Amino acid sequence: MIEILGVSKTYGARGAGGPAALTNLSLTVPDGEFLALIGPSGCGKTTTLGLINRLVDPDAGEVRLEGRDIAGQDAALLRRSIGYVFQEAGLFPHLTVAENIAMTPRLMGWPKAETQARVTELLALVRLDAFAQRMPAQLSGGQRQRVALARALAARPHILLLDEPFGALDPLTRDEVAQDVRDIHRRLKLTTVMVTHDMTEALLLADRIAVMRDGALVQAGTPRELVAHPADGFVSAMLETPRRRAVALANALHA
Amino acid sequence: MDASFREALALLPDYLGQHVLLSLAALALGIAISLPLGIAAARRPRLAAPLLGLAGLVQTIPGLALLALFYPVLLALSLLSQDLFGFGFRALGFLPALAALTLYSMLPVLRNTVTALAGIEPAIRRAAQGVGMTPRQSLLLVELPLAAPVIMAGIRTAAVWVVGTATLSTPIGQTSLGNYIFTGLQTENWVFVLFGCVAAALLALVLDQLLALAGAGLAARSRPRLIAAAIGLLLVIAASLSSLLPAPSNATQSRLLIGAKNFGEQYILADLLAARLGKAGYVTATRSDLGSSIAFRALAANEIDLYVEYSGTLWTSQMHRTDMPGRASMLAQIAQWLKQHYGIVMAGRLGFENAYVLAMRADRAQALHIESLSDLAVHAPSLRIGGDFEFFSRPEWRATAAAYGLAFAMQRQYQPEFLYRAAASGDVDVISAFSSDGRVAGYGLTLLADPKAVLPPYDAILLVAPRHAHDTRLLAALHPFENTIPLPLMQQANFLLSRPSARQTPAQAAQWLEQRLEQKLAH
Ligand SMILES: Nc1ncnc2c1ncn2[C@@H]1O[C@H](COP(=O)(O)OP(=O)(O)OP(=O)(O)O)[C@@H](O)[C@H]1O
Ligand SMILES: [Mg+2]
Repeated sequence: MIEILGVSKTYGARGAGGPAALTNLSLTVPDGEFLALIGPSGCGKTTTLGLINRLVDPDAGEVRLEGRDIAGQDAALLRRSIGYVFQEAGLFPHLTVAENIAMTPRLMGWPKAETQARVTELLALVRLDAFAQRMPAQLSGGQRQRVALARALAARPHILLLDEPFGALDPLTRDEVAQDVRDIHRRLKLTTVMVTHDMTEALLLADRIAVMRDGALVQAGTPRELVAHPADGFVSAMLETPRRRAVALANALHA
Repeated sequence: MDASFREALALLPDYLGQHVLLSLAALALGIAISLPLGIAAARRPRLAAPLLGLAGLVQTIPGLALLALFYPVLLALSLLSQDLFGFGFRALGFLPALAALTLYSMLPVLRNTVTALAGIEPAIRRAAQGVGMTPRQSLLLVELPLAAPVIMAGIRTAAVWVVGTATLSTPIGQTSLGNYIFTGLQTENWVFVLFGCVAAALLALVLDQLLALAGAGLAARSRPRLIAAAIGLLLVIAASLSSLLPAPSNATQSRLLIGAKNFGEQYILADLLAARLGKAGYVTATRSDLGSSIAFRALAANEIDLYVEYSGTLWTSQMHRTDMPGRASMLAQIAQWLKQHYGIVMAGRLGFENAYVLAMRADRAQALHIESLSDLAVHAPSLRIGGDFEFFSRPEWRATAAAYGLAFAMQRQYQPEFLYRAAASGDVDVISAFSSDGRVAGYGLTLLADPKAVLPPYDAILLVAPRHAHDTRLLAALHPFENTIPLPLMQQANFLLSRPSARQTPAQAAQWLEQRLEQKLAH
């Protein structure tokens, strides 16, 4: 279980007086849940995700995994046990696809043969079997995102953090990779937190949705709850687009 | 094949070997220092700016000056260590050259390391963190590999600079390919000059290409290319080492190092001394092209064993005297002073004088009716004077100018070789010449008299290092030189080096001189 408890965060030197990226944010993600984190640009989604694997350390409040505060844990070791897919994919350009995927196992000192087998397995999982020896620059955007996903999963984490993993993809690929992710989440029994801009996507993929604005949590609930009882005008406005689309789609298909 | 070329080729193993060894050592040391510094600076911008500024400043110091500056610094350190720990080290030659070249090699490596590391996208660094790398792992596994091509480019630049600048380490007593250039310039041996330049350029090219190969191998992670580059480098090192090995290891204790300053007469005398001492059973080696005061300090520090100095130089530059007590008294005082302050032995005068004198083209002097410095003073305001690099800063020039009221329209400095040419071609009207230089006659110059006797005598004297003060065998071996070389003979020998037809090498001129001396002895 991931627990974010009353966390505040301001970037830059303490007391520099910049705007707070997060103010008193609390959010809990039970084991096995797929949570979508949604909100406008700059509202603090990436910062929130970073709290969970200590890419960001809170100024106030605490973050717990399995009930234990992570502030005292070794950051590098913690990160190896958590999968993270970056907004910009973030593959290492000087390493092949296989070497990128093998990185975390390598850091953890896995035996070579085991790592090798794991890489083959993951390449199959993300359907890139033939690409092991390619360099990242020789991949399409969608392929790169899938390699990033495979790299995040390499060391068999229980927690998967995804920062807009489908941002750069065309709608068709996007849907395909999204289904892959959902599938993998279920099969590997992961706890997944995924940042997205797209409410339709969130509604279709997530068990629960957390809506953020200006560094604070506005509402968290299942898609059903959100649609039935939006907390305020901001949340209803965000639901407006998918709703309108759904109606239009239904009309178009039944006409 | 030309004799000069053959001689140059024969010297190549020694010169090239020492040059390669020095360059690679400086490069390795430079990388070992600037790479970690660059890494540290890339993470602390506050450190980067002053560090790069400092390295840039070093780069603006002319190479020759930087090299020369390290000699007194190391000498002082050596003396200090002698006092504190009871052992000194050789401040002449390899160490100061190594220190200066190391400093010289640092800027490109430092700058490229900082630039390359700072230029890595933050997203990539974040990704390294995200997969669980420690800062150290991020540096080693991600940042340095990504920065490697740019750092390698810096190393290649440094390599080319170091190989080129190493040619300037000759005047501080480190043998290098620069010996060809310095000796060639002094003796008008253009084959030597060209040979040295081409050899240094080729070496730089080969090193650059080997490093390029290594860089490409690193980038493509191609083991064969890396191995090829490593083998190439090893071959260069092995070849240079093998040329240096024959140095007799058991003879180092008794080996005599003969110093020579940077002009022809000194090369000839060093070769002559080497030949004579060889006959007396000594193993000798020469260190030529030493700067004037460097030779003296090296002798005082026992880093060379003997060399030929000139009384006037010691009198004015070392003893800072301006009075003229007369030749005999001056020599006695010099001998006394050398012994008292340094323990240096003055083993006698050679018999000729190589004085600073002012010279003019004979036809021009005649036209203007100039025979002495007094006559010159009248015409000086409309004349141009040229001097070598030290002349105008020497006290006797100031004294002479003051005594005769000499004020010239213009004053220029030349490399000694070009000085005589400048006078012959009329670029300048008057030059500071050396009385024993064969080129005075060779270029049709006439020496101007010094009726007021302001210029001090410059008797050639043989100086022996303090550690041989009680070495009766050596002093006895040197005794036959006492007062045996008359001025005309030395002038002729010197002219052999620069006469336009059938120019000879210093070794040949020394041989010629030796034969003449033996003939004289036989009579
Ligand atoms: N390293 C940083 N230094 C300073 N300010 C930062 C840093 N990272 C984020 N911020 C600021 O913190 C706030 C929240 O940023 P965050 O990246 O969490 O937003 P986001 O919701 O992920 O936005 P987007 O959807 O555009 O990715 C923004 O105002 C941003 O400018
Ligand atoms: Mg973001």
